[in-house]
Formats: sequence, structure tokens, C-alpha cells
Amino acid sequence: MQGTHRSTLLHSWAIQRRVIGALLIRESLTRYGRHNIGFLWLFVEPMIFTLFIVALWTMMRGSHGSNLPIAAFAITGYSSVLLWRNMSGRAIGGLGPNKTLMYHRNVRAIDVFIARLSIELLGATMSFAVLSILFTFIGMMDLPEDILKVLFGWFMLAWFGTALAIFLGALSERSEAVEKIWGPVSYILFPLSGAAFLVDAMPTQFQDFLLLFPMVHGLELMREGYFGSAIHAHYDMGYMTIFNAVLTLLGLANTRIISKTATPR
Amino acid sequence: MIEIVNLSKHYPTRQGAVAVLQDINMTIAPGEKVGILGNNGAGKSTLIRLIGGIEQPTQGHIKRSMSVSWPLAFAGGFQGRLTGLDNLKFICRVYGTPFEDKIGFVEDFAELGKYFKEPTETYSSGMMARLAFAISMVIDFDCFLIDEVVAVGDSRFQQKCHDELFVNRKDRAMIFVSHNDHYIKEHCQRAAVLQQGHLHQFDDVEAALQFYHQ
Repeated sequence: MQGTHRSTLLHSWAIQRRVIGALLIRESLTRYGRHNIGFLWLFVEPMIFTLFIVALWTMMRGSHGSNLPIAAFAITGYSSVLLWRNMSGRAIGGLGPNKTLMYHRNVRAIDVFIARLSIELLGATMSFAVLSILFTFIGMMDLPEDILKVLFGWFMLAWFGTALAIFLGALSERSEAVEKIWGPVSYILFPLSGAAFLVDAMPTQFQDFLLLFPMVHGLELMREGYFGSAIHAHYDMGYMTIFNAVLTLLGLANTRIISKTATPR
Repeated sequence: MIEIVNLSKHYPTRQGAVAVLQDINMTIAPGEKVGILGNNGAGKSTLIRLIGGIEQPTQGHIKRSMSVSWPLAFAGGFQGRLTGLDNLKFICRVYGTPFEDKIGFVEDFAELGKYFKEPTETYSSGMMARLAFAISMVIDFDCFLIDEVVAVGDSRFQQKCHDELFVNRKDRAMIFVSHNDHYIKEHCQRAAVLQQGHLHQFDDVEAALQFYHQ
């Protein structure tokens, strides 16, 4: 019979696409429902967050160690934080409420993660795009000097966020400590992620330490795309690629382990 | 055909691994009705879940060349904030079946009235069970897994379920798990008994029941 057992690779891919599509509709209906602004919450919620940060940083003007336009600085910085922090937040413990779905053989842990994370990624990306366009329109931001660098930086940050979320999400199924520890860790990572500073403005001996964090590289590239010659960006996309790739493999391996041992009630 | 080959399932506990199923071999042919008997905790449900692919075996494997249902009338996968209709659409999407022509059947069969388009968290347990049974009938499986007696709703509704499953789908394979003699006798051609993780198979139901009650 069609579509009920996995046979060829192509067939599996067709099933997986179908399952992820079904999960996407289910997730978004469940999360945003059909009330008031519904699906708009997808990007309105992260937009509100980012706007608060823009307002806050505008009031504390100048503390980021350069004379760049503060709105552009805050929007690039905080939007990137939303990516890895919100995605991880949705994935950690995210399997729990969806475990009963595994009564349907074709629904697998990785499908649940992918569906959840796609929604989060779409929300963060739309929030970033809408705010950038809005602030450019009212003249508080300039157009990026090199949009390709911005897009590449965003892509790398999204990859990092996805890999980190799958890794932590799968790990949280194996140990409850993950959920408890991730709270404080993500809090510490926020100031270290480059959102609130340029690496170049930091003391030299501190720069090497900051560049250990992969999200700093993606964000520096994005800001170079935005501000171009006005800043001196520090990044090594090779380092970030390797970091992301290793994290992706660890995440997938962990997901495989939990799929083998999962016992839906 | 479903082929269960050298299947074992262990669960980790704080006192070490517990072997729930050990080295089980069984074949189910298309259209066959097989009963699995066993006391509480003998591992009947675990076996059904492994056959359904809900859990993965510790050792051995299961080859499925026919499509296998989820345990019948299972309602756990329903999302409370979604309506009965949304949940039906979700199941259809997952199994790649168009839902347009199923809506009428489920709406009619589950007898939910206007609640069909209300969130399932507002349903009573009876309504939930009726919806779950109706949705189980929507996907065209070759083999149905039936964990314990399907006794949903009042006697009239039970008759409806009986007709839908055992009359309209009498050509399908079915695997029953139960400790109810009467139920197994009524529906099965052969049966097996699970005891201390081992599966004892018998060609006729009477012999299995005799062994089970020893």
C-alpha cells in the first residue's frame, strides 16, 4: 500500500516532507490558533522584543563602543540572539508533548524538531526583515553595503541555531539537567554573543576568547555587510562552518539514540 | 506479511535492564486473525507497540510488507487545542490520504454534532473515544492492531464499530491483544500466549486458552 512503510530513499523523503508539512500546520494552529491576529504573532512577538531592546539601547546611546547608528546595531544584534536562543528554547523538552505522535510510525523525533524549528526560524527571519525595512524606511537605518554578506551571516547563524537546538533538544530527553542548566547558560551567552559589542572595540587579549563563540563570527560578518568600511570585523567562517557541522552531527546522533529508546505513553 | 525475527525488548530500570520480550519469532499473513493472550504485565502491549513501530526493538527486527495501523481507537495523538476536524486532517496528511472525502464519514460516524468543529479539549471521554475510533477507520490499513476489547460508547455504537471493523474489513489481518477468552475465541483463528517474555504459539485458539489457564 502506498505511503505506509519506508522503502526507497526517495520514498522516505516524500514521507518525511509530508509528515513535516502536517506537523507544521499542526504546530502553527496550536500555537497561534485562529484568534485575534493569529499567525501574525509569529513575527510580531520577536519584533516587540527587538523593539524594546532598540528603545533601551537608544536611551543608553554610545555604550557599544562605536559611533554606528544604534538602531541598526541593536536590530542586527538582538535578532541574531533570537535565532539561537528561541530555537533552543522551543526544542528543549519539545518532544515531550509530542511523544504520543510517535504512535504514527512515520512521525519521528527529528520531524518534530524540524517542524518546530522551522516556525521559529521563520518568525525570527520575518521579524528581522520587517524591522530592517521599517527602520530603513523611516531613516534610522541605512541599506546594507553588501546584502550578500548579511544573508550569508544570517544563514550561518540560523544553521548554528538549528544545530544547537536539535543537539540540546535531543540531549534534554536523556537528562533533565539540560533544561535546568540551559537557563543560566543562555543568560551568560547573551552578553558574550556579540549582540552588544563589536569585537574590534574589545581589548585585544579578550578578542581571542570572544571569537571562540561561533555566533560572534556570524554576527560580525552580518555587521560587515551592513556597515562595511565603517567597521573592522573579525570573523573566520571556516571555524564557524566546522563548529556548526560538528554540532549538527552530534545533534543528529543524539536524536537517533532517543528515537531508538523512546517510549511514548 | 509481517515477519517478527528474533525480537527482544529490554527496558532500563534503576536496578538494571529488564527483559520484557525475549527472542520472539512470529509471522502474520495477510487476512489472518491472531490473538495474543497474557496476564497483566506479560508484555502484550509492548509487543503490539513493537509491531506497530511505535517503539524500536533492542534486538532482532520486524519486516512489514503490509501496512500496519496504530493501536485501534488510540486518542493520545490528538492535540487538545485543535478541533476534531483538524485532528482528522492531521492524521490524513501524515498518512498521505486526501481528507476531503473522509470528513463526511467521520462527522457522521463519531456523532459529535457541532462539536466536530470545536477543540477536542472540550470533549467528554466518550466523545473522544468515538472520534478516535472513527479516525482509525479512515486510513486503509492491511493489518489492524487491537489492544484490548474495543468497547466504545453505548451498545448501539458498539454494534456500529463491530460492523465497521469485523464486517466491512473482514479481509484484513488483525492482531488482538487481550486477556478476555470470549473476545479472542470470537475473532481469532489462532492464538499465542506470552509468558515470562516468551511467546508460545498454538495453531488453534482452544489449545492456546488451555495452556493460558494452566
